[in-house]
Amino acid sequence: MRIVIYVPFAAALMVTLLATVVSRRLPPRIATWWLAVAGVAAAASSSAALALLAFTAVGQLAPVAAEGHWSVPALRAHDPVLTPVGLGALMILLAAAAALCITAWRRLGALAAARRLCRSVRPESELLVLDDPSPHAFAVPGAARRVVVSSGMLRSLDGAERRALLAHERSHLRHRHHLFLTALRLAAAVNPLLHPVFGAAMFTIERWADEDAAEAVQDRPLVARTLGKAALASLQPPAAALALAVQHVPRRMQAMLAAPPPRRTIVILALGTALLLITGLSLLEAAHDTERLFEAAMHSYRAMHGQ
Amino acid sequence: MVTSRTCPAACGRARTHRMLLQPSIFGEHGENFVVATPEPGTGRPGRRMAGELEAEVLAALWAASQPLAPAEVHAELGAGVAYTTVTTILHRLHRKGLVDRRRSGRGYAYAPAADEATHAAQAMHAVLRRGHDRAAVLARFLSDLSPADERVLQDLLRQAEER
Repeated sequence: MRIVIYVPFAAALMVTLLATVVSRRLPPRIATWWLAVAGVAAAASSSAALALLAFTAVGQLAPVAAEGHWSVPALRAHDPVLTPVGLGALMILLAAAAALCITAWRRLGALAAARRLCRSVRPESELLVLDDPSPHAFAVPGAARRVVVSSGMLRSLDGAERRALLAHERSHLRHRHHLFLTALRLAAAVNPLLHPVFGAAMFTIERWADEDAAEAVQDRPLVARTLGKAALASLQPPAAALALAVQHVPRRMQAMLAAPPPRRTIVILALGTALLLITGLSLLEAAHDTERLFEAAMHSYRAMHGQ
Repeated sequence: MVTSRTCPAACGRARTHRMLLQPSIFGEHGENFVVATPEPGTGRPGRRMAGELEAEVLAALWAASQPLAPAEVHAELGAGVAYTTVTTILHRLHRKGLVDRRRSGRGYAYAPAADEATHAAQAMHAVLRRGHDRAAVLARFLSDLSPADERVLQDLLRQAEER
């Protein structure tokens, strides 16, 4: 228990360190899944570990011990976790829970506002055009699913490029990328170490949509051109004021100008699976140890009170 | 809500495209037309679904600085789309109130209907500005840039245009 309980934190760190490698080496679709599963598992397991640490400290509080019928001295004597560590874990856990609630609330709020807007405009077309000179293009998921593009963006592209742009946004809707992003954003809220995982997933999701667009238009340089032109258009005023410019576009363009990514997946998938297994086993071990600890304390309690 | 496409026997491939689109895109009678173009993977553009074509036509109208005749829209869409398909789509968009048309010579010229769009734009700006997680809430095509990237972008764009 002494060591095993800290394995989930080490695993979460490993996931963060691996995130960049994964986002560059794996094909975008597999990379996104890897990051999502690893990120959520890391957040869940580190929270579970915190809960176990906190539980041993909380269990030593008199009212709780009275309810649970276990002996506080026995608990304290055999507890492998120092009380300050346990209490610290409790505070972190509470902060993580608060962060989770706040982040979930904000994300739902922003998404709901976007959807309300799309619902209020007649839904006769999958494309909603905003009469606006600054370039935007994004996909609104959910029941009122739409591709939203500004007229400024459309004007800066020719017919083939517009097609590539629409194919890219449709990919976001078809594969429900917003779910991956939400899951990882919440994971990062619970365990801030995981923010790079969220960032890496934002990149791989865009790459995934780029690859789908390239598949739809059968023209990789076209998609690269579309990215570049849209990015440059966004640098002109008044676009710059709206914080919509370009992240990773150079890397995305280079990926488009090269051949489709090779499927070099075995090592990283094996690593991910190993991490998952090790973390799971550690948590089981720690939980088992905690259970034995409390059982012993309950046994002492019953012995003391002559039962 | 997933609607699987009812489709004439000739376009069996359409059945595999389970896109989650509003039912109204297929028109009141649920009709469906798929452009018969070469298969994907052959280096030529693949089939385009009805909803996709509608979006492309609408996009082409918005991108133009003046009303377009159907022939001009057809030119914008590139190879693999029949002229009659374009006119059908334009007529359908007009019926839905998404485009305006006026007489131009012996035919019509089409322009996008702008009314709701301006209102939508302003409201969308508010959504974007208010959201704390703008970068990720709506999977956006582009997000934060550093000025240093501009020259790199220019270079890459030149490369892409040379292909």
